Amino acid sequence: MNANIHGSNLILKTVLEVRDLTVSYGKVEALSNANIKVGEGQIVTVIGPNGAGKTTMLSAIMGLLESRGKVDFDGTIEGVPVVERMVARGMNLVPEKRELFGEMTVEDNLVLGAFQRHRSGHRDHAQTMEEVYQLFPRLRERRSQLAGTLSGGERQMLAVGRALMAKPKLLMLDEPSLGLAPLIVREIFRIIGELRRRGVSILLVEQNARAALQVADYAYVLETGEIAMEGPARQLADDPRVIEAYLGLGGKHQEMLST
Amino acid sequence: MDFQIALLLGQDGITNGAIYALLALALVLVFAVTRVIFIPQGEFVSYGALTLVMIQAGAIPATVWLLLGAGLLAAALDVRLALRAGQPGRLVRLVGWYVAYPLVLVALLYTLPVKDFPMIAQILFALAVVVPMGPLMYRLIYQPIAAAPVLVLLIVSVAVHVAMVGLGLLFFGAEGSRTPPFSDARFEMGPVMVSGQTIWVVVSSLVLIVALYQFFERTLYGKALRATAINRVGARLMGISPALAGRLTFFLAALIGALSGVLIAPITTIYYDTGFLIGLKGFVAAIVGGLGSYPLAAAGALLVGLLEAFSSFWASAHKEVIVFTLIIPVLLWRSLRGRHVEEEE
Ligand SMILES: Nc1ncnc2c1ncn2[C@@H]1O[C@H](COP(=O)(O)OP(=O)(O)OP(=O)(O)O)[C@@H](O)[C@H]1O
Ligand SMILES: [Mg+2]
Repeated sequence: MNANIHGSNLILKTVLEVRDLTVSYGKVEALSNANIKVGEGQIVTVIGPNGAGKTTMLSAIMGLLESRGKVDFDGTIEGVPVVERMVARGMNLVPEKRELFGEMTVEDNLVLGAFQRHRSGHRDHAQTMEEVYQLFPRLRERRSQLAGTLSGGERQMLAVGRALMAKPKLLMLDEPSLGLAPLIVREIFRIIGELRRRGVSILLVEQNARAALQVADYAYVLETGEIAMEGPARQLADDPRVIEAYLGLGGKHQEMLST
Repeated sequence: MDFQIALLLGQDGITNGAIYALLALALVLVFAVTRVIFIPQGEFVSYGALTLVMIQAGAIPATVWLLLGAGLLAAALDVRLALRAGQPGRLVRLVGWYVAYPLVLVALLYTLPVKDFPMIAQILFALAVVVPMGPLMYRLIYQPIAAAPVLVLLIVSVAVHVAMVGLGLLFFGAEGSRTPPFSDARFEMGPVMVSGQTIWVVVSSLVLIVALYQFFERTLYGKALRATAINRVGARLMGISPALAGRLTFFLAALIGALSGVLIAPITTIYYDTGFLIGLKGFVAAIVGGLGSYPLAAAGALLVGLLEAFSSFWASAHKEVIVFTLIIPVLLWRSLRGRHVEEEE
């Protein structure tokens, strides 16, 4: 895969194309006419300040929230996405709140991640679980522990691992580094890179803009519900406005964390 | 009261307690997965027992027409949805289950001499008629209002209960009936005689409880139901739709109800509205567990059964009052101790 494919938005095959997506909470519009594209095998990141509407956008694409606009996923246009249908078609979301099954074991959480695959006749969850355990050896150690008793970082791993059990075409991650120690953040971003190598397309929402721009191919900046900027991730990382608002000075410290 | 009478009452209490335990488990399950307080649980007991009575009498059980009617309605709704969603492929399956299944059942009941079949076959027929009403009920009544507040769901449950009792009177008449016992064996256990049916009830309940436990612990669909009860959004993100979970839950609840009816029909005379009282006692037991704990609900059921048996000896006119009064101290204790069942989010 050459930089040309990852670095530009002119790609041959689009996995996800969102057009004029608008979400309102009551009268307040939290997302206005967002247009987003994710190409096959790409990592696309959406960064923006708190309350910009990033979580809202992911929830709407997944079908958890009602929205207006079009979501074209894998060649089929959904007017109103329905969660279960999107899952069945290969889209998976690791939500901001993780939504783990707290009173169930790590292993049961993972097994349930493959529920839709199992239903549609793919009975290979043992093998997928082995792959997940290889990515996150910590989960294997904790397999029979209740998910609710995991540490913050372990929960994050479980949430990502559970989503991977579905073998998604498109994985949407909402702040996977939220509240994690620097070392684990690095580990998470390493795994995101690894997933792309395995052919998973990723839509990544992050507060950790530096790390996100470093791993991503293409980036959008979302501010107060509207896409304010977009471009190849490297290019945005050098943009003075992005540097000022999201990367800031003292970048050395963050730089260290993200590599 | 001497020791022998106490043993007899204890035996009665345990038999009834086993049935209340089953119903309590069903109530807890339905509430956990769908937030529905399932008042009509008891109607499945009556419907199960009386459908069996009609089959044994050589009549076509009237409940099968209800099944067919509900199936047609559900088919009409879902076919419209499938067409609108552009999935005509699902039509065949939908119509197959909703319409063809009840029709096949009607045809079998008309053509086969079911009256002369062994009892086990007759029971299977009764279950085949009554149990699918559970998921159909969910599809027609609860699924469209699945997001409604608990109170609305409760009010709807009361309405469904009243409607089912009314239909029960229409289907089965006002007369009560019993079925012959599964076995005429009697066992001497020390000073008491234990009837074969008592053993059937207790053992079947235990087997069913263990089977349910295995289902929830071991199978993917059991885990999916638990997941839905724990975290609805999380479950949806795994592709477990609330509608699927609801139908599966109502299937289990209907199965438990109908089977309970079949089990007790040889011991108790069942009227079209008997199920309600039985279900209500299961409900008291479920409340003992705070509508959330299966073991506590089962223990509560045993308590209710024994309390009922002994109070029928000492104060038989007041036995229902005594059992239902139990709910007051339990509720007091529960609400004083904090964490009660909250309205969700
Ligand atoms: N259920 C809701 N009802 C009303 N307003 C909401 C609701 N959920 C979110 N909002 C509002 O919509 C806006 C966007 O919220 P959203 O969670 O999408 O932000 P975000 O970009 O994910 O922020 P963060 O980086 O803090 O996670 C916020 O102003 C928020 O207060
Ligand atoms: Mg957010």
